[in-house]
Amino acid sequence: GRAAALLLLLLLAACPGPGRAGAGRERRDALREELLLSPLSTGDVAATFQFRTRWDADLQRGAVSHYRLFPKALGRLVAALGVRELHLALTQGFWRTRFWGQPPLQAPAGAELWVWFQPTVTDVDKAWKELSNILSGIFCASLNFIDSTNTVIPTASFKPLGLANGTDHHLLRYAVLPREVVCTENLTPWKKLLPCGSKAGLAVLLKAERLFHSSYHSQAVHIRPICRDASCVAVSWELRQTLTVVFDVFSSGQGKKDWSLFKMFSRTLTDACPLASQSKVYVDISPKNKEKELLEVTPPPTSVHEAVVQGDKKTYAVYDLLSPLLFNTSRSLNVQLKWKRPQDSSEMPIPVLHAQRYVGGYGLQTGEICTLIYNTHPHRAFPVILLETVPWYLRLYVHTLTVITKGKENKPSYIHYQPAQDRRRPHLLEMLIQLPANSVTKITIQFERALLKWTEYPPDPNHGFYVGSSVLSALVPSVIAMKDVDVEQSPLFTSLFPSSDGSSYFVRLYTEPLLVNLPTPDFSMPYNVICLTCTVVAVCYGSFYNLLTRTFHVEEPSRGGLAKRLANVIRKLRGVPLL
Amino acid sequence: EADAALRPLQDVSMGSLTMYVVPETSSLLPQGTSVYVGKHRSALVRAGGSLPALHARLRQVTQVMSFTATSIAAALSDRVPDGRLSPDARRSLKSSLGYEITFSLLNPDPKSHAVDWDIEGAVNRYVKPVLDKLSLVANFSVDSQILYYAILGVTPRYDKESSSFLLSAHSLPHVINPVEARLGSSAASLYPVLNFLLYVPERSHSPLYIQDKDGAPVSTNAFHSPRWGGIMVYNVEAPASPQASLPLHVDVDMARVMEVFLAQLRLLFGLSREELPPEFLLESPGNEGLADWELDHLLWAHTVENIATVSTTLTSLAQLLDKIGNIVIKDDVASEVYRAVASVQSAVAELAMGHLHSAFQASKEAVTSSERAFFDPSLLHLLYFPDDQKFAIYIPLFLPMAVPILLSLAKIVRETRQRKKEPTKMD
Repeated sequence: GRAAALLLLLLLAACPGPGRAGAGRERRDALREELLLSPLSTGDVAATFQFRTRWDADLQRGAVSHYRLFPKALGRLVAALGVRELHLALTQGFWRTRFWGQPPLQAPAGAELWVWFQPTVTDVDKAWKELSNILSGIFCASLNFIDSTNTVIPTASFKPLGLANGTDHHLLRYAVLPREVVCTENLTPWKKLLPCGSKAGLAVLLKAERLFHSSYHSQAVHIRPICRDASCVAVSWELRQTLTVVFDVFSSGQGKKDWSLFKMFSRTLTDACPLASQSKVYVDISPKNKEKELLEVTPPPTSVHEAVVQGDKKTYAVYDLLSPLLFNTSRSLNVQLKWKRPQDSSEMPIPVLHAQRYVGGYGLQTGEICTLIYNTHPHRAFPVILLETVPWYLRLYVHTLTVITKGKENKPSYIHYQPAQDRRRPHLLEMLIQLPANSVTKITIQFERALLKWTEYPPDPNHGFYVGSSVLSALVPSVIAMKDVDVEQSPLFTSLFPSSDGSSYFVRLYTEPLLVNLPTPDFSMPYNVICLTCTVVAVCYGSFYNLLTRTFHVEEPSRGGLAKRLANVIRKLRGVPLL
Repeated sequence: EADAALRPLQDVSMGSLTMYVVPETSSLLPQGTSVYVGKHRSALVRAGGSLPALHARLRQVTQVMSFTATSIAAALSDRVPDGRLSPDARRSLKSSLGYEITFSLLNPDPKSHAVDWDIEGAVNRYVKPVLDKLSLVANFSVDSQILYYAILGVTPRYDKESSSFLLSAHSLPHVINPVEARLGSSAASLYPVLNFLLYVPERSHSPLYIQDKDGAPVSTNAFHSPRWGGIMVYNVEAPASPQASLPLHVDVDMARVMEVFLAQLRLLFGLSREELPPEFLLESPGNEGLADWELDHLLWAHTVENIATVSTTLTSLAQLLDKIGNIVIKDDVASEVYRAVASVQSAVAELAMGHLHSAFQASKEAVTSSERAFFDPSLLHLLYFPDDQKFAIYIPLFLPMAVPILLSLAKIVRETRQRKKEPTKMD
């Protein structure tokens, strides 16, 4: 009512803008969504969701920005703090590379955050601290525990995945929080960043009660600048939200290994997100031993796509949710996978590169970290970069570092070691190791456990202290030559990592996190000390004092008293003279 | 036109008003109006019959163009007891160094409506001139976003007579909460946010009208919430043929939308033109959205509020120090406090002299310094043990030791008293 009255007095003099034709407005952002279902050798199935928003805009500080598909929270963050690339992953569980094969994108257990800043940022540490605090608010995760004691500056392992003009590694920060737990309250803000939310498209399958009932759950956010087109004159921003989940046979309860969308997610797909320009479901139906097909998919796919992924030729059944043929027969899409014949373990392909890490030694004083790296390629050798971040309270002795391959010492061609400073900085060890063909490399380093101050122990200190996963980055030679992929045309899972040439592909693996016990004091001691001291003081001092200061009085003999009469009764019974 | 011609003759300092008295029979002012208020701090007043009438009229003009007791009370609204305020007094935003304005388009049904709005052009054309005028008061930053599948939390009622959906006035407060979860908090800055939402109802709930308290549909189809922002409902006409292909392309008429939002922005800043007597004629401020004297009014209100905030902050800091004697005040915190006090004193002095601009700057500095002093993280460290921990450690040790000593002291006192009595007895 009031606004109406005021409008009569308020006259906007400017003419309204020229009428625009409604249809065909040029859009500056695009959304593609994709789901990849790959059955794993052990009968489990891995589902990888990818939502990619591409925005042709310039996120400068201070410029007014108008957001449509790109979420405003992340856009303002990138603009305000001068971020060039941001990668945040929250993971629960561990990807078993040995049994499941190489993952499309792996993340270490817990929370991992690595960021490249723009060269215009003057104080990178201050921006890093603000960034981790703001992200901790956006994703409801305890990323505010990231501080200088778990942040490192790697020199060789984490090269930018997007466009980069120059790579001064002082603009890079990497931190991992192995103790972080992922749950529904982290999934909800992640889903809120999607343009269609969880109301339409592939995101309707993301229901928390099924997603967390799995052996591996990893959700990640990747922001990076990319070329706008082939000539690469202008820069666009790309936001990828990925979610990988592995459903395994045992936790789902049934003995049969047949899978379907309904069995995995307790939902089916009904339509595509109206804002997406592409919405597809890929199912990996590659024959394992190159003879006959292993898997049968119903309903029949709209098309079949072949690609060379991670060095192997793979075949995918494609369901295009935007094509009108798909929902002709039924209102919902429930992709079902049936095994045609039972599998035997001899068919399990072993990945070319996998690794293991464990703690050796005994007692609470010293120990040893051992990493085993396997290269199962029959005749090609390739180098791998190993990055280890060890907290300061495990004091590493670098002179005990040994790298042994096939019984002989294998000297790394590049070592970058930054020792820790107590309570300020962790250890950083980066090595470039050449792995000969068909070999196992064992890397050991000894450490000593430190005694912490009593206020520095976390609650439940006897649980142990976590050491974050180590990172292995390698260019693995591929069996089949790979063509250069056009990012816009090919499926999203092939364009995650930039490929330099066709003969090898980039792989980043993480080892297990370690749980190490430190010498833990008994926290009930202050209470015990107070009790003991007070008892000693009360008893000894009190009686001493009494002895010294007692005065003696003469007492009249008293006539009786209860004790004397009782004693007389007993004496009478015994026949002894009375008192 | 006369106003524009007279402008170069005036003394254009902030906070001052010039009034020109025109004879009763002059034809400069149209019939029926006795006061013409310009947009640049001047007014033309028609002389009444007598001097007291002229006085009264001049006083009225001063009250409209400058501040009154009620407007000062409104500026201090948080500190004045409830009974003395008018209900509109708490509508305006608290004074702050900057504001963020976010325009959001809510489209709950992207399958039926493909909505486009030229927000960038509209912001440049309509909003920027207003914000440029207001840039003296605070820093502004403008953002916009489009949210899909964002629904209002309230189901509208279907009205058969008008064959439309209605949102009643008492269900409006429930609309904001569910929407706010999707709006996203501004994590990257500390300024308060003003949200302006444009809601395009779903195909199944179109057309949607807002009812005011009397049951009539609101003509602008919009409402605002004090200290938060405003919401406008934009209805899309049904397609001509029922078989039209979905989604419908909708181009939002930004002029109509921005009219409403800018009016709401003025209301949120407390610039309303409600209480005008009928013979007043106001010149419209045109593209800039507000007249110079309205800007002065805003500056007065903000200056007074800043001074009140500073005094409250410093008083609470002093009271805190009285209660907890252990807190150590560092030198830079002390210098901030001194600077705040000096700025407040200079602001008050400047206000008394009528220099509005310098008073406002001084009050802003005072607020910054006092906030920096009060929220300094070094104040939070308690550098010594609190008193009850000291008791908890020392009492279990010293109490058992003290008890025998106290007992023997009591015995000694008793014995001396007895000995004093006995010599008197024996004697």
